[in-house]
This record gives sequence, structure tokens and C-alpha cells, in this order.
Amino acid sequence: MADSRDEPLVLGIETSCDETGVGVVRGTTLLADAVASSVDEHARFGGVVPEVASRAHLEAMVPTIERALKEAGVSARDLDGIAVTAGPGLAGALLVGVSAAKAYAYALGKPLYGVNHLASHICVDQLEHGPLPEPTMALLVSGGHSSLLLSADITSDVRPLGATIDDAAGEAFDKIARVLNLGFPGGPVIDRYAREGDPTAIAFPRGLTGPRDPAYDFSFSGLKTAVARWIEAKRAAGEEVPVRDVAASFQEAVVDVLTRKAVRACKDEGVDHLMIGGGVAANSRLRALAQDRCEAAGIRLRVPRPKLCTDNGAMVAALGAEMVARNRAASDWDLSADSSLPVTEPHVPGEAHDHAHHTGEGNLYS
Amino acid sequence: MLLLALDTATPAVTVALHDGTDVIASSSQVDARRHGELLLPAVDRLLSEAGSRLADVTGIAVGIGPGPYTGLRVGLMTADTFGLALGVPVHGVCTLDALAYAADLEEPFVVATDARRKEVYWARYADSRTRLTDPAVDRPADIAEQVAAVPAVGAGALLYPDVFPRAHEPEHVSAAALARLAAERLAAGEELPAPRPLYLRRPDAQVPRNYKVVTPR
Ligand SMILES: [Zn+2]
Repeated sequence: MADSRDEPLVLGIETSCDETGVGVVRGTTLLADAVASSVDEHARFGGVVPEVASRAHLEAMVPTIERALKEAGVSARDLDGIAVTAGPGLAGALLVGVSAAKAYAYALGKPLYGVNHLASHICVDQLEHGPLPEPTMALLVSGGHSSLLLSADITSDVRPLGATIDDAAGEAFDKIARVLNLGFPGGPVIDRYAREGDPTAIAFPRGLTGPRDPAYDFSFSGLKTAVARWIEAKRAAGEEVPVRDVAASFQEAVVDVLTRKAVRACKDEGVDHLMIGGGVAANSRLRALAQDRCEAAGIRLRVPRPKLCTDNGAMVAALGAEMVARNRAASDWDLSADSSLPVTEPHVPGEAHDHAHHTGEGNLYS
Repeated sequence: MLLLALDTATPAVTVALHDGTDVIASSSQVDARRHGELLLPAVDRLLSEAGSRLADVTGIAVGIGPGPYTGLRVGLMTADTFGLALGVPVHGVCTLDALAYAADLEEPFVVATDARRKEVYWARYADSRTRLTDPAVDRPADIAEQVAAVPAVGAGALLYPDVFPRAHEPEHVSAAALARLAAERLAAGEELPAPRPLYLRRPDAQVPRNYKVVTPR
């Protein structure tokens, strides 16, 4: 095996939502994962406020870069590239990270890689379980997305099989937490209450699971309404709402559909393993049920540790390192933040320019 | 010394290099929606025109607004990160002060930029180097009495001629003026403000009402 020192050393910057993430990886080895979150500032609003997030990114960026480099024990001059989330995400928030990454790459004389947030969520698993199998089947679930993706090459070929047609899975957790007066964000607190509840207590609907429904798409809007209605009926009747049972039954409905469809996609496509990523992948019941169902179906499950599932800079660095390793074209200095970057574009390669020429113009360490 | 100046607090993406004696290169592009795309290429061209390298820069001066936030942050984040990578100081300059400096007036006047939402960012000046009031954000009609009698510069003044009858150029800030002002103040031993944004407004954020009841009544 090659000396790990030969593997690309990449710093990754992530600002698509409310986490300012800066990670450092060498090939598929995690060296640092520094995150500054503005989640507390959003809590009283019951959701992420874009302007609050953008302001927090600007303040947190430089200290978080410094922390990541220190944690990694590397010098900026030794980096082989700077990767950044170019999209999708909140436009103003993305722009802060893209501006920082460009300035850093330019000043250091390093190539810049604008990468896709969703592909990064998949690629981060290389830091946990080694190189991704090809193809990789991935279930991405968070507050912003719920997708089933099949990737033959994470740097160039990501194919969407299905996605939510209404709410993202994480959004449904937030909304039900609000109905139950449990605060924001909803995922962790529902998970906690659900552990003490009965997941079979209430039979909530499983969206888009009929024989004629699209096999890989998701819908959580009907479930959300059904749960709210059930709670309101209890309240209207003057009865106490069994919060733990509601949380457990609601959560079961979500993770039942997610895992069922993901396992089916693996079987249909002949893929013998499943990767789950995104913030909802931190949910303990999703992890447990996915494990059971994958085992029963002879599928190997790969789920990174919770901290790597939520948004972070290490995942961006992981994909950036893969871009370098596979000689993908770097991005241009006029790289845009693209709030709706399609999932089919794992990175944003530069066009006419020769990036080596650009970075060779005598900046710090080129 | 080699001072790199940049400002993205108005529709202009503007950059300049100052060598301690005067501005040696500068450029401005007006495109309110593409600050993020335009700034780095503009810096790259500026340096190559001047025959300089970013590594030669000994300090950075950046407009801290007030200005529309999304664009404003592009300049500040870029300046902050250059400062980190190069290990050089980053100085803040109030964008209205740089506009005032470029106006080159020896009499009392007003600087007003477009704050969108039918408001202006503005401040009063005794002359081009002396600001009298903190930058503020207001509806033009609400400040009409205070500004009608004096000359005014900036896009905010030009946009509301009824309120600013004596409005004239410059319309947008230039990094060349910002660089000269910063160089002058630094040479005089003045401390420049930290490179932190002047937002002047709290973030727009609605506290959601309680969830919408779904049960039909
Ligand atoms: Zn995410």
C-alpha cells in the first residue's frame, strides 16, 4: 500500500445551512472535523433563519479554519486543495463559505474544488468505513433532503432514484416536535422520547407505499397531518397526549418507509450494501431498523458515526480529496454558490482555464 | 507597503492596490447580483496588471458597509481569509467614509447609499474626511428636512432626488478612494475599525406562531 503521505491532503469548508464546518482529511483518513453551530440562535424561531445563519458563518469561519488546522496538526502550506460546498443549500450561507474557500485557495496557491453537498454526505463514509463500493446505494435523510441515490463514481456519476415529493424527513421531525411543544430541532428530542414509547401504539400511515406508488419516492406530509390530527383529537377530548407513544409511533412510520424503500432499491439494483447519511441518519431507531432489515436481506449497512452524518466540513474535504485523487478538474475563481445545484453534478469543474496556471501565479506556496 | 483594498457593500465590486504613495492599480465593476463571482477574478487581474503577487501584500483594507448583507459579506469574508492566509492585518473602513472621501468636498454634505426596501444608508459629513453622525438606515422621507439643504453623494441620494435635491456623483464607492483614505489614516497613526460588518438592521426572522391546527372545525 502507498505511503499515506502520498494521499491528497484537503481542507473542506461547509456552510450550506446552520453549521460552519471545516474539516481536514488525508485521502480517506479523517484528521480534523471542526464545527461551529448557530443552532441555538435559531431555536427560538423554530427553524433555521437564513440571515442569522449567514451572519454566524462570517463570524465563525476564520476561527474554525484555524481550529481545524490545529486539530489536524498540519500546515496550510501542505494542503493539496481546498474544497467547498458549492450547493445545494441556503444561497446566502453558501456564498460565505465559497468566498472564504476561494480567498484561501487563491492566497495559498492551491486548487479550489466546489463540490455538491449531497455527494459529500455520501463520500464522508470513506472516512469511517474505507473506500466506497462502486456502485454505492445511498439513502440521504436530513432536514433539507430525503433521497435515494445510486453512485457508480462519487466524483462523476450520481443518479437519483427517488426523493421526497413534499417534506424532507427531518422537517417532519421538526414539525411534529413543534406540535408536541418539544422545541427545535425536533430530531434528537423525538428520538429521546421515542425510546420510552411504544412504536406500535398508534398506527400512523406509511406514505407512498401502495402497489401503484413510485417505488423510491417519499412523502411525509400526509403522515405529519395524521399525527397532528391525532394529537389535536386527544387534546379536544381533554385527554392527556401520550408524548412517548406518539413520538415512537411517528418515528416508526418514518423509518419504516425509509428503510423499506432503501432495501428494495438495493435488491432491485443488485447492490449488496447500503450507505445512510444526513442528519436523520443520527436517529437511533433508523440505524437499528436499517441494521435488522439489511441483515435479513443480506445487505451490508454503512452508516457513519452521528457527528459525520450531520453537516460538517470533513465530508466536503473527503469528496475534495477524492476529486484530487481522481484528477478531476478544479473549479474556476468565478465559482458561484448555487442554491439548487443538481445532485447529478458532484462538483463544479472549471471551464476554459487551466487551473494550474492560475494557482501558479506566485502566491504563497505555489 | 502594499495595501489591497476592496469593497462589496454597494452594487460595485471594486478593488485597488496602494503602494504607500498612491494607488497603483484599481478596477470597478457594477453588478449588484454577482459580487461572489466577480471579486476573486478582479483581485487576480488587479495583481497581474500591477505586476504584484498576493504574497507581496502587507495589509488589507475592506469596506465594512453599511450595505446589502449578502454582497457585503463577500468582501469581508474574502478580506478575513486573505488576512488569515497571508498573516497580514485587515483594516475596516466605513463604506460611507470612502464615498465621502471620493466626493472631495470642503463643505457639509451627506452620503447616502441604497439600502433597498425604499430605505437609504446615510451619514452626515462636515467635509470629506470628517463624519458627524453614525451611519443609519432610514426612509428618505423621514430624513428629508435634515438633508435637503446640503449636497449629497451616493446612489441612495441619486435615487431620491425629491429628498436629495443637490445629489451628485460619485454614485458608488471606489476601492481606490477607500485605499487612499485607509493609507492616509494609517500613515497618521490612526486605528482603523475591525473588519466587522455594519448591518444596522436586525435579521429578518419571524417567530412562527404556534403550528397551524389541521383538524377541520
Ligand atoms: Zn446536509
